[in-house]
Amino acid sequence: MSNNMRLTLKIWRQGGKYKGEFVTYKLDNVNEHMSFLEMLDVLNEQLIANREEPVAFEHDCREGICGTCSLVIDGRAHGPMKGTTTCQLHMRHYKDGETIVIEPFRAKAFPVIRDLVVDRSSFDRIIQSGGYVNVNTGQAQDANAIPIEKDQAGEAFDAAACIGCGACVAACPNASAMLFTSAKVSHLALLPQGMVERKKRVLEMVAQMDKEGFGKCSNVTACEAECPKEISVGNIARLNREYIAASLASETTN
Amino acid sequence: MLISAQDSVSLRTKCSRNITKKPTHHFMSWFTKFLVSSIGQKFIMSLTGIFLMLFLIVHLLGNLQLLNDDGGDAFNAYTYFMTHNPLIKTISYLLYATILLHAWQGIALWQQNKASRGASRYAVNHVRSNERASRNMAWLGIVIFIFILLHMWQFWFQMKFGTLPAVEVTAYDHPVKDLFTPVAAAFSNMFYVLFYVVSMVVIAFHLWHGFWSSFQTLGLNHKKYTPLIKIVGVAYAVLIPAAFAVIPLVFYFTRA
Repeated sequence: MSNNMRLTLKIWRQGGKYKGEFVTYKLDNVNEHMSFLEMLDVLNEQLIANREEPVAFEHDCREGICGTCSLVIDGRAHGPMKGTTTCQLHMRHYKDGETIVIEPFRAKAFPVIRDLVVDRSSFDRIIQSGGYVNVNTGQAQDANAIPIEKDQAGEAFDAAACIGCGACVAACPNASAMLFTSAKVSHLALLPQGMVERKKRVLEMVAQMDKEGFGKCSNVTACEAECPKEISVGNIARLNREYIAASLASETTN
Repeated sequence: MLISAQDSVSLRTKCSRNITKKPTHHFMSWFTKFLVSSIGQKFIMSLTGIFLMLFLIVHLLGNLQLLNDDGGDAFNAYTYFMTHNPLIKTISYLLYATILLHAWQGIALWQQNKASRGASRYAVNHVRSNERASRNMAWLGIVIFIFILLHMWQFWFQMKFGTLPAVEVTAYDHPVKDLFTPVAAAFSNMFYVLFYVVSMVVIAFHLWHGFWSSFQTLGLNHKKYTPLIKIVGVAYAVLIPAAFAVIPLVFYFTRA
């Protein structure tokens, strides 16, 4: 087991004594089997041992399903590998002696809280504005009571795979949240359970998205390329379609 | 004025308490709300863009008359028709408005998007090769706008307000303005030809992204047709500007 990879890390530090600047750290004993976050854990242990402030970064499940980890690594959200989150990135993809630049997700709607941690509560407010279905209380109904065509269910599931990490916003030159919002709108618009609030949902989620200060989609598709769940920009076309139809053809007049 | 979601909720609550007061619904409230929304602004870009792409085809058909080796007979007849047919004249005013709206809305979106990105920029930027046109639509658009201004001053203004000599053409029984002569003169100038060809390359990049993007913004994607739209878009973006650029090159190299 090789335990001798040496790395130079240029990490964005913000908060405390740091005004918002890159600080360079040297790490001498990186193991190729470590995940990227474990490598940062090793750095933080080293910083704590030296009585320095550890680097703040977000993490939770460390298996690519919770959407908590973030980071822009060498200019790419969640690092260089396709369809993976930062926690699924391993140090075997790096070479001895490499320099890695680590930045937070940057967008007006994702303000930096500290170092690499950003406030993504704007996503929560988009979900709260319409990302739900109303169901009657009482006995849970039979699982197969509402038949759904296989392909339709598959497409809804592909959209529902979005973990809301915000990599789409981080990668977009316009800091647009269209891939995220479109995934959430698509996932419910494709299912019979989502039909009741279908028009209201798209109008309110887009209104909230705009209110949060996210940018306007110009179809660059960098979001799709960086998305750890490989959500398709086809969802953005569906969101446009749903929004244009709900705005121009729904009975809502205010 | 726009009514926010909260306002409309409180409006409804008030109305349920006092049924003599009815909520007032204005056409402008939902319509302006749509037009100023992120998707509404893109909708404007898309519709104006599609209209401009259709116009380019008509413009090209006219310009191709220059390739007839007839001393400008067909071209001058065409320019007379385009400046005197009432339907064409009406559409031309719509076209000027469309160019201005597309440019103004594009600049507005560009500024809003820069604000959304925020003050702090990435130290390392990763740009994929297929994103070069789409990330630079505003810059490409500004170059195209400058080209259009020069182009209109040089030919459109001369045709409308300039003192061009009259010539006889076979299509009409009266003399028409001779726009062919200043066009031929411009196309024999090396710097003008170079400027024209470079502008066509810029337009090609703008269309390369714009064609597919306009369909995507309208929500017109489909498993069966989107691959076709992308192929047609690339063909359009290459062939239309190339055909425009061929005309001054033919003039410069074979007729000067």
